Amino acid sequence: MAFYEKLMTMDRRVVYITMALAVAIPLFVPFQVPIHTTSEVKSVYDFIESLKPGDRLLIAIDYDPNAMAELHPMALTICRQCFAKGIKLFFVTLSQNGPGMAEQLVSRLSKEFNKKNGVDYIYLGYKPYPGLVILSMGQNFRISFPMDYYGTPVDSMPIMQGIRNYDDMKAVIAFEAGWVADSWIGDANGRYKLPVALGLTGVMTADYYPYIQSKQIIGLMGGLKGAAEYETLAKAKDRIASRGMKVQTITHIVVILFIIVGNIGFFMSRRKKL
Amino acid sequence: MGTGEILWNGLALFLTLSIFSILYKDNPFYKIAEHLVVGVSAGYFAIILYYNSFIPKVWVPVVHESKFLYILPTILGVLMWTRFSRKWSWVSRYPIAAYMGIGMGVAIPVTMQAYILVPLYATMQPIGFTSMALFNNLLVAAGVLCALVYFFFSKEHTGAFGGVAKVGIWTLMVGFGAGFGLTVMGRVSLLIERFTFMRDYLQKLFGF
Repeated sequence: MAFYEKLMTMDRRVVYITMALAVAIPLFVPFQVPIHTTSEVKSVYDFIESLKPGDRLLIAIDYDPNAMAELHPMALTICRQCFAKGIKLFFVTLSQNGPGMAEQLVSRLSKEFNKKNGVDYIYLGYKPYPGLVILSMGQNFRISFPMDYYGTPVDSMPIMQGIRNYDDMKAVIAFEAGWVADSWIGDANGRYKLPVALGLTGVMTADYYPYIQSKQIIGLMGGLKGAAEYETLAKAKDRIASRGMKVQTITHIVVILFIIVGNIGFFMSRRKKL
Repeated sequence: MGTGEILWNGLALFLTLSIFSILYKDNPFYKIAEHLVVGVSAGYFAIILYYNSFIPKVWVPVVHESKFLYILPTILGVLMWTRFSRKWSWVSRYPIAAYMGIGMGVAIPVTMQAYILVPLYATMQPIGFTSMALFNNLLVAAGVLCALVYFFFSKEHTGAFGGVAKVGIWTLMVGFGAGFGLTVMGRVSLLIERFTFMRDYLQKLFGF
């Protein structure tokens, strides 16, 4: 068998093992890679920095555990920034396995910043059918969420006094692992003009760049890279995403090498046939 | 690390490795982990729906607040279950029709405005060569037009028209390439998280 034929028929398990080593080895080797920030992430950071203490933000935790690796670091960093600035946060989740994610985030950060439920933040919980829930919140939060996640009537909470709908929010920061992002853009921004910023999984990111050009979103954070950029801007102590970027760099080099090797094999075999 | 943490995280480590084992070949460990994920997800979702939808949207309004209008959508929901009977499955068409009607009514105006008209306006911006922003607008407009030409199949893709279509396919490829790169990053992120979890667990367990 010729060399190029070996390249074309390489056992897929060789690729898997190489990738596993490319991930595992850098985890034990201390080194850093530079993280450059992009305008789409900086615009989200600048927007939050422009808010004043007491301003209100809607935080949508619309992801499942399978997107936790990418979205949890950016959600943690942004919520820390908000709590540190004294911004009041309204948490909601429209993903079916999201309640656990949001609960973990809320309980961890409220302890860390000594924030009170119903005063400094409220966790509204989960309701199915995201599009309809987003539209209903544009009329009144109480339509979908008469009670918070823990079963307390929202009207009994100080944070909800004088709050009716999106007019009382500065923006929604939506962390998305699925099509709910479309509803935030179409329904919340399109119909109710609520400014939207997105934190997205890497797979989704490319599809949402056009909405920056059309100014339908403030900005976006794409995958682990977006999270690492935000950590850099916010000078975060717990740099979970930034630590992952050194591994991303090595694995991307490996993937590029595999693509080059595969292409060499393809073009050599095609030339041989001609 | 307490005994509970050792056991639960140990189970998580075992299940992670069981899922990874499919990369070698299909095996019983993978099957167990796969079925566990599906079962736990379905059970978890059922409970979440019960406490976040049925209780606040059906039980509390009807039983505690005497809002009997809520019974109507509840009946529509229950009628969905007639799908399980061959004789009565036609009844489920009514809730499905209501659901489709509401969905279309909500989606159509939003779709036109948010996903067609506004992005279309964003594509038709001033163009030129005097600044980077104007040149970027030119690139966007040219890329969109060329990509549209590629999908115009009523004329043969030859000559100048073929050239424009070729620019269109290159534009699409740039988009697909960006999507592929970001997908690789997303998948690797998941792998990093699992490897980091395994490293941290083993480091705590064996103290190295």
